[in-house]
Amino acid sequence: MIEFHLDARSGVAPYRQLIHQVRQALRLGMLREGDQLPKVKDVVAGLAINPNTVLKAYRELEYEGLVAARPGVGTFVTGTLNGGPLTAHGPLRRDLQRWLAKARRAGLDDESIEALFASTFRSASEEDIA
Amino acid sequence: MSAVIETSELGKRYRRKWALTDCTLSVPAGHVVGLVGPNGAGKTTLLNLAVGLLRPDAGTIKVLDGTPAAGQAQLARVGFLAQDAPVYAGLSVADHLKLGARLNPAWDVKLAYRRVDRLDLDHGQKAGALSGGQRAQLALTLAVAKRPDLLVLDEPVASLDPLARREFLQDLMEAVAEQELSVVLSSHLVADLERVCDYLIVLVGSRVRVAGPVDELLATHHLLSGPRRDPDTLPDGLDVISASHTDVQTTLLARTSGPVLDPAWTISEVGLEDLVLAYMSQAAGRRRRDNHHHLEVQK
Repeated sequence: MIEFHLDARSGVAPYRQLIHQVRQALRLGMLREGDQLPKVKDVVAGLAINPNTVLKAYRELEYEGLVAARPGVGTFVTGTLNGGPLTAHGPLRRDLQRWLAKARRAGLDDESIEALFASTFRSASEEDIA
Repeated sequence: MSAVIETSELGKRYRRKWALTDCTLSVPAGHVVGLVGPNGAGKTTLLNLAVGLLRPDAGTIKVLDGTPAAGQAQLARVGFLAQDAPVYAGLSVADHLKLGARLNPAWDVKLAYRRVDRLDLDHGQKAGALSGGQRAQLALTLAVAKRPDLLVLDEPVASLDPLARREFLQDLMEAVAEQELSVVLSSHLVADLERVCDYLIVLVGSRVRVAGPVDELLATHHLLSGPRRDPDTLPDGLDVISASHTDVQTTLLARTSGPVLDPAWTISEVGLEDLVLAYMSQAAGRRRRDNHHHLEVQK
């Protein structure tokens, strides 16, 4: 069983934080198929949050096919997440390192690099949607 | 889903001063509603009207489709926790539970005892000797064990220390999850409400400034910043709540009815606290302007 926590200062909506923590736990293998998610009542009593927040997070996870609710019993993990084979990470990382070195040589500081990456990432994902 | 509180042009006057004016609301069931506003905004007046401790001087109010405090059945359906969690100082914890059982037709004995035991309250102890947090918890126990459909709480955590505050809200949320209660609670601090409320009413200067589901409010309000521009040249569909200008930049907190397409604006999300504060300062600014023109208003 995992335990949720909330970062009040992150600015991320609480239900999104819950979803993120479940997805993270699935990626890291802390949650496997068949495992039960914490009961709504327990999450609510632990974090002092609105029950609808938890229900909304669980509904969204259900919609994504990651969990299923069994009425009167609880919510259980039914899916798995993986972000592509780990073997692909090595070469991608090397490309990124080469690019970073190039950016530094061009005189960009850390913040400019982050801003450039974030804005490129955003416009690339917008193009994907369009 | 039906409305737990439905008001139309509701108003309440103390002598010549209106404490609540032109209040039209429809609060759907199944929510935890936060009523926020500065001290003296009219929050307590609205809550007292909802539980029938006050009668309106204008307009109408329906609570769970009935007239507040009209008869036994209506009284049994609404739980009320007044400011500072009043308990009888001279009565013991056990006396309070006995009283609760006598006075409430739907009293849940098991629930009441379970809560008192979990809170580790000594049954024989006089309520006057309990800590602030324990008193609030005892009062909440009484309000929850009467098994209301609607629970109304006036500033329930204002006087509690941070730990007692957290414990109180945990308990309240657990009751909401277990009993499918609708809750309306007031506070002058948004931070208290941010986690627990999914519906918000902002009341400032005896008027409702904005009301709606928290998700919807957050999705329709944005912070826009861009090169300085004249407020009169803003596009349609942009309801400016607060604006600030420097010599080169304009920053707006605005309610938007559609996507903002002008690329000159940098758009970011707004937190609940900023949103509420924007409505509060908007109201304060309006009052100042009004007072400028009609100085007698200030009396």
